[in-house]
Amino acid sequence: MTSIKNSSEIEKSSQIEEHHEDFRMFGLITFLIADGMTFAGFFAAYLTYKAVNPLPEGAIYELELPIPTLNTILLLVSSATFHKSGKALLNKKNADSQKWLLITASLGIAFLICQLFEYFNLPFSLTDNLFASTFYALTGFHGLHVTLGTLMILIISWQTRPNGGIVSFKNSFPLEAVELYWHFVDGIWVILFIILYLL
Amino acid sequence: MTILINSKNQQKESLQPKGFLRYFSFSLDHKVIGIQYLVCGFLFYLVGGSLASAIRIELASPMSDFMPRDVYNQVLTLHGTIMIFLWIVPVVNGAFGNYLIPFYVGARDMAFPRLNAVAFWLIPPSGLMLIASYFVDGAAQAGWTAYPPLSITTPQSGQIIWILSVLLLGGSSIFGGINFIATILKLRRPGLKLMQLPMYCWAMLGTSILVVLSTPVLAGTLILLSFDIVAHTGFFNPVLGGNVVVYQHLFWFYSHPAVYIMVLPAFGLVSEILPIHCRKPLFGYTTMVFSIMGIVVLGLVVWAHHMFTSGTPPWMRLFFTIATAFIAVPTGIKFFNWVATMWGGKISINSAILFSCGFILNFVFGGITGVALAQVPFDIHVHDTYFVVAHFHYIVYGGSVFVIFSSIYHWFPKVTGKLLNEKLGIFHFAITFIGFNLCFAPQHWLGLNGMPRRVAEYDPQFQLINQVSSIGALLMAVSTIPFLINIFISVKNGKKAGDNPWNALTPEWLTSSPPPVENWKGEAPLVKEPYGYGKTIISEK
Repeated sequence: MTSIKNSSEIEKSSQIEEHHEDFRMFGLITFLIADGMTFAGFFAAYLTYKAVNPLPEGAIYELELPIPTLNTILLLVSSATFHKSGKALLNKKNADSQKWLLITASLGIAFLICQLFEYFNLPFSLTDNLFASTFYALTGFHGLHVTLGTLMILIISWQTRPNGGIVSFKNSFPLEAVELYWHFVDGIWVILFIILYLL
Repeated sequence: MTILINSKNQQKESLQPKGFLRYFSFSLDHKVIGIQYLVCGFLFYLVGGSLASAIRIELASPMSDFMPRDVYNQVLTLHGTIMIFLWIVPVVNGAFGNYLIPFYVGARDMAFPRLNAVAFWLIPPSGLMLIASYFVDGAAQAGWTAYPPLSITTPQSGQIIWILSVLLLGGSSIFGGINFIATILKLRRPGLKLMQLPMYCWAMLGTSILVVLSTPVLAGTLILLSFDIVAHTGFFNPVLGGNVVVYQHLFWFYSHPAVYIMVLPAFGLVSEILPIHCRKPLFGYTTMVFSIMGIVVLGLVVWAHHMFTSGTPPWMRLFFTIATAFIAVPTGIKFFNWVATMWGGKISINSAILFSCGFILNFVFGGITGVALAQVPFDIHVHDTYFVVAHFHYIVYGGSVFVIFSSIYHWFPKVTGKLLNEKLGIFHFAITFIGFNLCFAPQHWLGLNGMPRRVAEYDPQFQLINQVSSIGALLMAVSTIPFLINIFISVKNGKKAGDNPWNALTPEWLTSSPPPVENWKGEAPLVKEPYGYGKTIISEK
């Protein structure tokens, strides 16, 4: 009896050990917490400026809502399409997964184009005043994340190709990792949108 | 899984150079990386120490006669940056953490070996870059705090190189932190519970949480500062409507926890060393764990006690004074636990325990001045004087560096299989301890009497005390010589140590010394009582 119990215990423990993805995902989450703290620092700086430093007379700092609202929708939809891609991969439908990834990537590119369009049409530039600088620093740092994310999605979509791609049902971690990162970047955008545009 | 990873690693390992050369390679072995951290850190310690000697030579006379004033500023900036970011942080975290943590959790390597190697190899280039900045239009001059507007108005190239270098070192630190958290929480040997881990694991877990939460904020801040310098934005530039106090808040949000990042691992190491050499279980294991976590939580909410003279509002002063005073509670618990561990123990007098005792003495003194500094009225009186310099060095030199030396004496037989020479070791301890106290104790008096820090010239009335301090610094510089001789002699001709010279029970001593590539010949031992001295009968050889 005891020996059977022992062997099942050993099996259990080896199963725990074999759960490989577990700590890679854990490491990524830890990294994203660190990354989130960078944003938290920026947000804290911006909110402090807003509370303490008045906008000097004659300085222009005005934001319009339509483009960022569109951008918010783009990113939220892209999160959903990425989720679809992950589900398709788990159902062993690599072609579908790749299709959804490419849609996600184009939504990311669309976001970046809109962002650039907004930059070129704003009435202030980087060094005009404190709030202008903070605006560009925050959105720029986030845009950098979107750019990196889009590049990673393009790489992953190539790796998910139906014939010969290394990302598949069996090896889904790369896709899941990028997916988590993408959701994180989305979440940051929502917070940024609220703090920078709505408050 | 472990087997899979191991076979992969073994393949990698067989491609890696063997012998001495592996220390110059992109090795994935946590033991090699640990030694890389230690030796690299020590080389930077020699550089930083030379700079400190230059500072003390300059301060031996009231006039600025040894070097020009701007060079003095560069020297003190480089000294601070090198000692913090290239010596203490990488060594107490990277070196000992990498070497010991996989043993302690019963693993064959860290969770992310490749990330680990990347984290180390970021350090030498950024350190060399920092030192090289001296030859490019002068190094940074704004001190290791790089407060604007000073850092914006001093020569730019040095400051930008400083920022780049600190960003890289911060990245290295974050990668290390992620690795430690994952290793301790996810890579434990089956059957090993968290509350059975050696104390150093807890210290590293706490430290890594601080690293992951606070270092990114510094990175963000320095990016903004570099914008101010290069692109002439006005985040921290009052002339352009910016706010310098925001920089201070963000900077100290990292840099106060940084003090705990430097000293918490040292707490952990002392908690490993004392029970072994006193032959007693570590006193109050659970309270030790909770006090570490208490320090982590409180350490994140005390930063503004560095800013009592920065126009902080009264409520903020009150809050941060109280929070800072509270930190003395967990720290005090740890101190009494160490004393209780030693109390009635069979203490063997050797270099390792002497340095640990030196740490306890120095740290208590530094802790008391720390509590004093937390009080706003007193802090305002001694702010930016040598009192702060003395307090800080009692914590980081009297604290962390003493523990680093203690640990080197303790774990040298583990790494090399040879013992260090005890006579040289005790001599090393004696002159380090005397030199250190001679150098820094008088600086409390200087600070109380108003000598400002970071200035090359001072009122002639302070000359005698400054000369005493400089003699102490000279002794500290000399103390490195017997240590280095000891290391070089013992690596070659040291007495054979055997696998477990201290009859220790912690897991790293339960394998051969030096350990095999995969740490254990068979399965990792399950150590449920790492401090079970007096309870278990150990065969005395």
